[in-house]
Amino acid sequence: MSAPRPAEAVRPPGGSSKVAEPHLLVSAATELTRRQWLKSSALAGGGLMVAFHVPLAGAAEAQAAAPEINAWVVVQPDDTVVIRIARSEMGQGSLTGLAQLVAEELECDWNRVTTEYPTPGQNLARNRVWGSFSTGGSRGVRESHEYVRKGGAAARMMLVQAAAEAWGVPAAECAALSSTITHRPSGRKTTYGQVAAAAAKLTPPTDIALKDPKTWRLAGKPVKRLDTLDKLVGKQVYGMDLKLPGLLNAAIKDCPVFGGKLKSFDATAISQRPGIKKVVRVGDSAVAVVADTWWRAKTALDALPIEWDEGPNAQASSASVAEFLRAGLDADDAMAGNEAGDVRLGLAAADRVIEAVYSYPHQNHATMETMNATARWTPERCEVWTPTQNGEAALAATAEAAGLPPAQCEVYKLHLGGGFGRRGAVHDWVRQAVAIARELPGTPVKMIWSREEDMQHGRYHPVTQCKLRAGIDKDGQLNALHMRISGQSILAGVAPQSMRDGRDPVVFQGLNPPGPEASFGYTAIPNLRIDHAMRNPPVPVGFWRGVNLNQNTLYVECFMDEVAHALKQDPLALRRKLLAGSPKHLAVLDAVAGRVGWHKPAPSVGGQRVHRGLAVTMGFGSYVAACAEVSVNDEGELKIHRIVAATDCGYAVNPQQIAAQVEGSFAYGLSAALYGECTLKNGRIEQDNFHTYPVMKMEQMPQVETVIVASGGFWGGVGEPTIAVAAPAVLNAVFAATGQRIRDLPLRHHKLKKA
Amino acid sequence: MVRLNVNGRVREFDAEADTPLLWVLREQLGLTGTKYGCGIAQCGACTVHIDGAATRSCVRPVSTVQVTEKIVTIEGLSKSGSHPVQQAWAALDVPQCGFCQSGMIMAAAALLQSKRKPTDADIDAAMTNICRCGTYNRVRAAIKVAAGGGRVKGLPMAGTVPECAALGEHACVVVGEGRPADGDRSQS
Repeated sequence: MSAPRPAEAVRPPGGSSKVAEPHLLVSAATELTRRQWLKSSALAGGGLMVAFHVPLAGAAEAQAAAPEINAWVVVQPDDTVVIRIARSEMGQGSLTGLAQLVAEELECDWNRVTTEYPTPGQNLARNRVWGSFSTGGSRGVRESHEYVRKGGAAARMMLVQAAAEAWGVPAAECAALSSTITHRPSGRKTTYGQVAAAAAKLTPPTDIALKDPKTWRLAGKPVKRLDTLDKLVGKQVYGMDLKLPGLLNAAIKDCPVFGGKLKSFDATAISQRPGIKKVVRVGDSAVAVVADTWWRAKTALDALPIEWDEGPNAQASSASVAEFLRAGLDADDAMAGNEAGDVRLGLAAADRVIEAVYSYPHQNHATMETMNATARWTPERCEVWTPTQNGEAALAATAEAAGLPPAQCEVYKLHLGGGFGRRGAVHDWVRQAVAIARELPGTPVKMIWSREEDMQHGRYHPVTQCKLRAGIDKDGQLNALHMRISGQSILAGVAPQSMRDGRDPVVFQGLNPPGPEASFGYTAIPNLRIDHAMRNPPVPVGFWRGVNLNQNTLYVECFMDEVAHALKQDPLALRRKLLAGSPKHLAVLDAVAGRVGWHKPAPSVGGQRVHRGLAVTMGFGSYVAACAEVSVNDEGELKIHRIVAATDCGYAVNPQQIAAQVEGSFAYGLSAALYGECTLKNGRIEQDNFHTYPVMKMEQMPQVETVIVASGGFWGGVGEPTIAVAAPAVLNAVFAATGQRIRDLPLRHHKLKKA
Repeated sequence: MVRLNVNGRVREFDAEADTPLLWVLREQLGLTGTKYGCGIAQCGACTVHIDGAATRSCVRPVSTVQVTEKIVTIEGLSKSGSHPVQQAWAALDVPQCGFCQSGMIMAAAALLQSKRKPTDADIDAAMTNICRCGTYNRVRAAIKVAAGGGRVKGLPMAGTVPECAALGEHACVVVGEGRPADGDRSQS
């Protein structure tokens, strides 16, 4: 296998030969080292070597004119294919998946594929030719598969056409495979690199047919990620790692009390410390220290005397928030998200009513890389380098904070050290970095949040409570279900313009009426009402991987287990009956039940009896189910032995990466269920680092078996839905093991006792 | 003036005595492969080797490291990613976002140096690094692959690639028609 040429240089789409501006140059020595490494490691590793270029590039590295066939595809004369990826890579693997989809239609040599990000500024300048940059909601593949495949197909058609014209033969007599075009009647051959320049001049086709996924050769295959090798040798440049000539570093402290303000600070107290350049007020609530190194900035900031005006939330606590939400459980101001039959009559006529109240705490995203951005501001132009899930939103935030039109701003996306929703909807850290850079015109300043800042200024998973009431008729049938959610709305906090008549439709994720997105599967319940009483506490909220599907699925699936137990029915049998009208929900549930052998007891492990729990849900376009196998020992210690999970995402673009997302979903979902909780005291989040906000580690990670039920015909997401079934599957298994119903998280607050 | 032996070279630079080793590696020496994750030795993203021992560099004042002690960072673990741990990581496509992986690899390399065939309990005890993407099962599998010295052909699609059962016999099973029924898995 040959190693493709590393894509080191900035190649602005539409102007690929343009030499990078001098201010973007990184030191030649660094780049030389990098180049040498790339060369040697590609040879030694023997694998596909793709350098994920950092937008800093050396002029010496600038590629020779490389024809852009269209917005998605550039072909170098040496047959290297550069596929442009608009969505951000944060570990979820969609960079590779999207490249597979383009390459599938392009019929190029996968071993010579490399990728690059177009910038948000280029997207703006080219009338959003790359569509949305937003990388959240498990949308990377499912919302762009069609146009990226068409981009690949159109480029292939143009390359074939160019070859045909050069040969003076009809294009229909030519076939493309692995970057080689063959004129079938004569056997003549050429390569993409040889005809790329001519192809780039052709008029793009308008009638573009896509392959039937059943004929895919590359998409659908578990090919390796394109972005692995740099991560194994410390070469992957994350936002935090950026180096620029003359770079200064900033540490920042925002008022720890939500809604509070910065009253004053005494810069003279730290002005004699080494390396200090400036102490600046940032907005009305934060202060930053700028120094030559971040460590000097951070320690000086710690020593800076600061006075806060703690504002109206100084007394807020988790107890006051819980009380506020509890009142919503029986309030009259709820809005319905899903109604069938008449739940009031159904409950009134019930022979018995089963009732339970659940709750879900605030959670921090806790990305491994804390929030950071580098900004350089002049009165004419502002540039930002940052890990972001949405380059366009980052550009908008940059322009606003810079006081400049977007056309005079640019954002360079850097690889994300985790996103999970924190780096998408709200670019608070970008605004801060730009505000700091405005105080030092012309100087690039890298602002990094300490872990403490990151923990205490998150955009937290919403907090909600839920009261569920099930009406059982005299025949022992679940005849009515009322589910009342009280709590925080993400849209109200993040995107109030997306509210509908004061209602947040996203709050009903997984609970919607039948349809293609986040639908409630238990349609056989004749009388149903699911409603929401909005209660927004003074804690900033955000989209946290899995979003509202997490707690909604927990409530429904744990309660369904409670009902099954009360009715002395098998939890699988009850679910199957109520899911009768939801065949895709049923199929993933059956897949996990079949795989674990639900009707036979689980084999004991180490003398401990193993117990099982189930959960199923639908969200982000996909259907997912899980069965957890756990034991609880005499000391009350929980061990999660195995999880079997099934996903129907319609088309499976890269089964390997789907499996990785499913595995990761259990680490993330179970971290929250077992350990995660952000509590409020005196208006501030109490947890400030991983010792007070523990997360799952290797020792607690269960074995995960992923069953991909790729039923075809639709495109579902995979990064998030499985998180929602992690907690309820485990909690239902915990009940089977202990007889204890855990209705509020995290589990570590509960003392388990073996049944 | 501080003097340190890093990746086989003695380096001299200015830094306050209490500066953590992590930050001189990153800021004075430009070795950004070692990551800041927590600053309190909780997450392990900053793991380096000092005389072969896995060390959390974020809480190690630079003044406590002698020039006679050999520091190795991810950049110095091998020439061009050839260390068996890096090779195993590549074979199993371990990283997701990758931010924690330098520390994971350094911790795993130190573990294998002290225990050639670590048990699951050994791995649990040594690998206390935090990964938020959830690569733990692949990390465990890759350590075992590295310990076995074996090469893995193809990807860890157990059940379909019988030569790799490192992740467990049935770590991933694909059914249905949304993809071709029989895939060529030799794309690596």
